[in-house]
Amino acid sequence: MIKTQGLTKIFKIGKKQETDLIAVDNLTLEVEHGEVFGFLGPNGAGKTTTVRMLTGLIRPTSGTAQVAGFELGKEDTNIRRNVGILTESPGMYERLTAEKNLTIFAKLYDVPDVEKSVNKYLSMLGLWERRHDSVGSFSKGMRQKLAVARSLIHEPQILFLDEPTTGLDPEASKTVRDFVEELKTEGRTIFMTTHNLDEAERLCDRVGIFQQKLLTLDSPANLRDKMFGRKVVFHLREVQPAWVGLVAGIAGVDNVEAVGNKMVVSLRDPEESNPKIINALVMAGADVQFVGEIKHSLEQIYLEMVQSNERGQA
Amino acid sequence: MKHVRTIIDKEWSEVFKNRWVITTMTMLPMLFVAMPLVMLYMTKSSLGVDLPAESAGLPGGFGAACAGMTASECTQIYLLNQFMIMFMMMPLMIPTTIAAYSIVGEKTTRTLEPLLATPITTIELLAGKGLAAVIPGVLISYGAFGIFLVGSLLLGLAPGVISYIFSPIWLLGILVLGPILSIIATIFAIYVSSRVSDPRVAEQLSGSVILPLLLVMFAVLAGKLVIDVKFMLIAIVVCALVAFGMLHLGTLIFDRENILTKWK
Ligand SMILES: Nc1ncnc2c1ncn2[C@@H]1O[C@H](COP(=O)(O)OP(=O)(O)O)[C@@H](O)[C@H]1O
Ligand SMILES: [Mg+2]
Repeated sequence: MIKTQGLTKIFKIGKKQETDLIAVDNLTLEVEHGEVFGFLGPNGAGKTTTVRMLTGLIRPTSGTAQVAGFELGKEDTNIRRNVGILTESPGMYERLTAEKNLTIFAKLYDVPDVEKSVNKYLSMLGLWERRHDSVGSFSKGMRQKLAVARSLIHEPQILFLDEPTTGLDPEASKTVRDFVEELKTEGRTIFMTTHNLDEAERLCDRVGIFQQKLLTLDSPANLRDKMFGRKVVFHLREVQPAWVGLVAGIAGVDNVEAVGNKMVVSLRDPEESNPKIINALVMAGADVQFVGEIKHSLEQIYLEMVQSNERGQA
Repeated sequence: MKHVRTIIDKEWSEVFKNRWVITTMTMLPMLFVAMPLVMLYMTKSSLGVDLPAESAGLPGGFGAACAGMTASECTQIYLLNQFMIMFMMMPLMIPTTIAAYSIVGEKTTRTLEPLLATPITTIELLAGKGLAAVIPGVLISYGAFGIFLVGSLLLGLAPGVISYIFSPIWLLGILVLGPILSIIATIFAIYVSSRVSDPRVAEQLSGSVILPLLLVMFAVLAGKLVIDVKFMLIAIVVCALVAFGMLHLGTLIFDRENILTKWK
């Protein structure tokens, strides 16, 4: 659905080449049909610039991309018809009503039955009662909902969401997140930028961690495994020093640490090794109370990636 | 064309909710119609005795226009010149105000990006914004001119003055040159507004397009210039060329990326 090859954007700041700003450097990635893809990166990483290039708003300095099967730079009008975008700061015509705002965009997108589509999205996002009120009187959350409606009014196959929940209160964020989940079930492809890692973890099939360059790209679960391996914690009534060696000797176990009455075991394949470990412990007379996996949050992975990238650049 | 209509409709529903724009659009024509009518009424027979035109002490250039007229009639024609030129400022000032608010408004509401993400072409967008400013400017000045013409007929003026008012000079000036000036003013206003962030400043800066018109007015006042049909025709051709040049330049300058990143 979205494919890029060496996509690069350099902003000319002054006359001299030294002052050029490389916002996106050689981005190559592929987003599948129906996938929710999270584009993670700190402020100024080049996320918005990437979205703007992929929606035909600004021209790449070099590189190519295909969006919804159309070639970027050659078939931009077709791309625009097939993608929706929720921009980072989604402005509305403040003096106009919610209904009028949507109607204008429905017409600009050449939607066949304008009234029907407008009504559909007004009610879907819970704005039906307020449709005749001017947007100037709307709360931030309501504006965001209206902006989401606007980005969907032409039923795009691909939706770009640029920091869809930044600056929203928890309730409005939840509404937007729930809506993304619903869109996912409709089979639309979603490309969302965010620095809310929790959100990315919950919604995205795959995430790319990006800072000028693509640092890594995988599903949140795989990233976790790749970065930190897997760890399982065994809560025992008490830990006897001999058991540490016992568990360490079991196939597939990389490392064992005793912390108080817990044993923290690093291992490659918990599904395979956990039963053996429990068996061994029980045979040795241990009382196993709980077993659980220690999950590294995406946040830890992200911080690790971004910080080592910054160390690398310094 | 459908997109252009959508933009015009959007501009009008937005910009006509702005009090300052409405004030400009109503006060200006009222003032420009009332002033010359009051002037004509006051000077109808202010000189009492009808002296020959030469004794009115007007700049020499008016000799031809005043041939066979009395001094008071000739004074009216002299003054009418100023008011007619002022009249031609209307199709300049109204679109300037509308365009300034429409472009700066788009920037302050941050609606340019979603707008540019739609399949609209930049030409359609600029045409929509431009026409949304030009059309009211032209319609209002036509309307005001019509009211002025009717009013002047009701005042019972001398036949020479009436025929001067209805002469091709001013019909060409207001009906043909007016719209062309509107287009120039609008393109200029769009350009200026794209560079500033305060609609008032945009309006004042783009208002500078009336300067050439003021120059013409002063030249006429000083008797250095007499506006005749030939002058009007030349002005029409020159202004039309300028308008075309500006349109062409506009389509070269304003592409999507430029509008999105430079209109700040
Ligand atoms: N139009 C522009 N001109 C110059 N520099 C820009 C422009 N747009 C963005 N940048 C710069 O490019 C970098 C990436 O910006 P952006 O894509 O907005 O980052 P993000 O969305 O990840 O926060 C920033 O350093 C920003 O200042
Ligand atoms: Mg951004």
